[in-house]
Amino acid sequence: MPKDTGIGASPVRREDVRFLTGTGEYTDDIVLAKQTYAVFARSTVAHGTIKSIDTSAAEGMPGVLAVFTGEDFVEVGGNPAGWLINSRNGEPMKEPKRPVLAHGKVRHVGDAYAAVIAETIEQARDAVEAIEADIDELPAVVDMNDALSGSNFVHDEIETNQCFDWGWIEDNRDATDNAIKNAHHVTTLELVNNRLVPNAMEPRASIGSYKASTGEYTLHTTSQNPHLTRLLISAFVLGIPENMLTVIAPDVGGGFGSKIYHYGEEALVLAAAKKLGRPVKWTADRTESFLTDAHGRDHVTKIELALDKEGNFLAFRTDTKANVGAYLSNFSTATPTFLHGTLMAGNYTVPLVYVNVKAVFTNTAPVDAYRGAGRPEATYSLERVIDKAARELRMDPIELRRKNFIKPDQYPYASAAGLEYDAGNYDALMDKMEEVADVAGFEARRKQSEANGLMRGFGVNAYIEACGIAPSNLVGVLGSRVGLYDAATVRVNATGNLSVMVGAHSHGQGHETAFPQVVAEMLGIDPAVIDIVHGDTSKIPFGMGTYGSRSLAVCGSAVVRATEKIINKAKKIAGHMLEASDQDITLENGVFSVAGTDKSVTFGEVALKAYIPHEYPLEDIEPGLEETAFYDPANFTYPSGAYACEVEVDPETGKVRVDRMCAVDDFGNVINPMIVTGQVHGGLAQGIGQALVENTSYDENGQLLSASYMDYTMPRADDMPMFHVDHSQGTPCTHNPLGVKGCGEAGAIGSPPTVVNAVIDALQSGGTNVTHIDMPVTPARVWDAMQNAKSEEA
Amino acid sequence: MNLSDSRVINADRPTVWSAILDPGVLMACVPGCQEMDGTPEDGFTATVVQKVGPVKATFKGAVTLSEMQAPESVTISGEGKGGAAGFAKGGAKVRLEEQGDQTVLHYDVEAKVGGKLAQLGSRIIDGFAKKMADQFFNNFQDHVGAPPAEDTEPETSDDAPKKGWLKRLVT
Repeated sequence: MPKDTGIGASPVRREDVRFLTGTGEYTDDIVLAKQTYAVFARSTVAHGTIKSIDTSAAEGMPGVLAVFTGEDFVEVGGNPAGWLINSRNGEPMKEPKRPVLAHGKVRHVGDAYAAVIAETIEQARDAVEAIEADIDELPAVVDMNDALSGSNFVHDEIETNQCFDWGWIEDNRDATDNAIKNAHHVTTLELVNNRLVPNAMEPRASIGSYKASTGEYTLHTTSQNPHLTRLLISAFVLGIPENMLTVIAPDVGGGFGSKIYHYGEEALVLAAAKKLGRPVKWTADRTESFLTDAHGRDHVTKIELALDKEGNFLAFRTDTKANVGAYLSNFSTATPTFLHGTLMAGNYTVPLVYVNVKAVFTNTAPVDAYRGAGRPEATYSLERVIDKAARELRMDPIELRRKNFIKPDQYPYASAAGLEYDAGNYDALMDKMEEVADVAGFEARRKQSEANGLMRGFGVNAYIEACGIAPSNLVGVLGSRVGLYDAATVRVNATGNLSVMVGAHSHGQGHETAFPQVVAEMLGIDPAVIDIVHGDTSKIPFGMGTYGSRSLAVCGSAVVRATEKIINKAKKIAGHMLEASDQDITLENGVFSVAGTDKSVTFGEVALKAYIPHEYPLEDIEPGLEETAFYDPANFTYPSGAYACEVEVDPETGKVRVDRMCAVDDFGNVINPMIVTGQVHGGLAQGIGQALVENTSYDENGQLLSASYMDYTMPRADDMPMFHVDHSQGTPCTHNPLGVKGCGEAGAIGSPPTVVNAVIDALQSGGTNVTHIDMPVTPARVWDAMQNAKSEEA
Repeated sequence: MNLSDSRVINADRPTVWSAILDPGVLMACVPGCQEMDGTPEDGFTATVVQKVGPVKATFKGAVTLSEMQAPESVTISGEGKGGAAGFAKGGAKVRLEEQGDQTVLHYDVEAKVGGKLAQLGSRIIDGFAKKMADQFFNNFQDHVGAPPAEDTEPETSDDAPKKGWLKRLVT
């Protein structure tokens, strides 16, 4: 096999041919015979009582086939939260029902209370306008403090807006409090992790269809995890037996978390398809995406760091309010807790961590995992307060971090936040970062910027994250209601080519290129003969999908295990063909040989023999060559990194320009360096977007003000510098067969604090004592902060 | 969104008072108004076509009058529903003050918008509201008031649209 195609090579992405030539097939591209169209009536108020919905006029409109309201779904189940969190006092979290269509009350702008099915999308839109909904507007709950203190409830039946009050690790609470009380120095920072809209390029879309003759349902949908969607619809919402429901997620144009979750529109199109006996398609418009895709982040945090005289970290304590929006989305309760609190020890030997998170219902869109999911929030809090501490103690921010790093000989390391890190070398990452970022040349660049009338700042960050989610036994103890293994089937066809069915879904990650590299390397064959099948529950055995940087670490491991089974069986067949014991068969470059002889058969000959089993020991070996493996990881994987950013700030306008961005990541072994670099680039762009421009803004009435690209600023190419990305310092993961870690979210986790640290450094260097600016660090906020600092000094 | 201002109307207070309660006058003066029915006692219903930034919609609304103290002050509250475009609602406290032969109309408007209007138009809604108010009072002045003393332009008829400067030059 040519060495430029296996593990460690960077063949170009085969899926890009169809994506770049406009021949990808997305859900909205699919046209089924006799297809009809659904359009939803959505609340224009953030909070209101539904007094009546008169659909009679809409039903009489041309082309209208059916109109549904919340009344039609009273008998069916709700869309559940996938993770049970218990409050500090032991009480389970509040779980108000999330119906298919709003019933009784509407709870956020965009909450769907009715749906029209018509022959054309235009007819459906017209009919939605004819629905007479009498909705009594109620005062909206928008601010989290108001939500916790007031008696205006998003869900009246739970009589509170607090979903849970979670402590981690509760047993460390008193010790952490004491450490902070008695410390030589305590640095405190209050910050906001700004709410983001995921903005996948492809809006959500779903087509429900139903075959009355067999009772089979099919759902085409924009999902990162079709099996999980099937499970939720079957077990919780509509009760369709799993074996009567096929979920197909074809090409999906980006998800970033927002397409993990099951949404009510999916259940609606299935129920409508059954009622009408015709396929029903719904495609979100961009406004619906802004209003109803699960948003990300939205934490308000106070963090304290206690240090001794030498700068050793003694304790981190945080107090966070996490907005969950109007309803619990599927992973919304895991994101601010076990994907956040467990990372609050960072890369550090700090002995004590205590995290308190209050999850709060508000009349806003649901909030859930978005690229990084909890870890960006943890990293941002930690790395901002560490930076502030370094400044207060007049220590070099790199040295302060190094002083507290876990050292390479300390693994496995039990962190104070409850995780066991398996491998890492944070000093090596920092060394490499100092080299790649040319830290030594910074002062000269700063002088140059000053000569140009600009303030230059340097920001650094060291992150660790837990991904490759997740060990089922561990997450089961922590409250997960699902297991987080994955599955793969390797099917060797008679003519020697392979179909590999994987539970991971590819929507930008390059699985169709990277997974064949793994199988090809193991079998010693050309990856071009290996095809990846994903996204169709009728074709693949099972799978928990793609999120949490898990595809390669978890599903890739299942691919390895299934391929190992293929090799074992193929060796038996080869042994029979070569009249030798399978113990003596070796596999090299796609050829099975008897060790120490020149007798051999090719992989293709073995495949053919498996399917044409003439002269075949049927009593010992089954025909066929197809194997399935399920893989459940023993631990999370722990990517880590050292990031550096240089910005220039214009003192006249407050405008921040990112001049240099350097990401040195430890992803363990790397299968396709080009794809990994691309993943880091995407993450950096989203992280810089969060740091500088993106923000989701609701007014005091719960109206979403940033619901279009006129008001929601997406980062653009000219906001980005050239990225310096390095992954040469990998420490292989110790517990998965490829030694790989996840790379999909790292850039979005590591970059926001790096950028903000650099902005603060620039302002400080320019003589203004600004210690913090909340993201997005817009020109207005920078300028305001500078003026406030000046007036305080005056 | 709040908007407070005052305008001098070149008419006496009883004339202004009766005009602001007259659906015919209101229809002529509210920009984009297609229909206006009702009475001050029972309230008015109105249909207004307007374009706010990229959102054009037909708003159907109900207007009620309260705290009426003829001929001095009244509170006007209303809500217009624009279907897919969202809604606008709010109120105006109007107070009339005599100033010789003229009347000073003080207004204090509080309005809020929702749905697509808020999502797409929030940046421009304040400017839009100011423009609407200006247009309304210009129309109202034209409709109700005698020409202001300093206005040397020939008066145009109530119903005809204002003539362009070229037309005015040649007539």
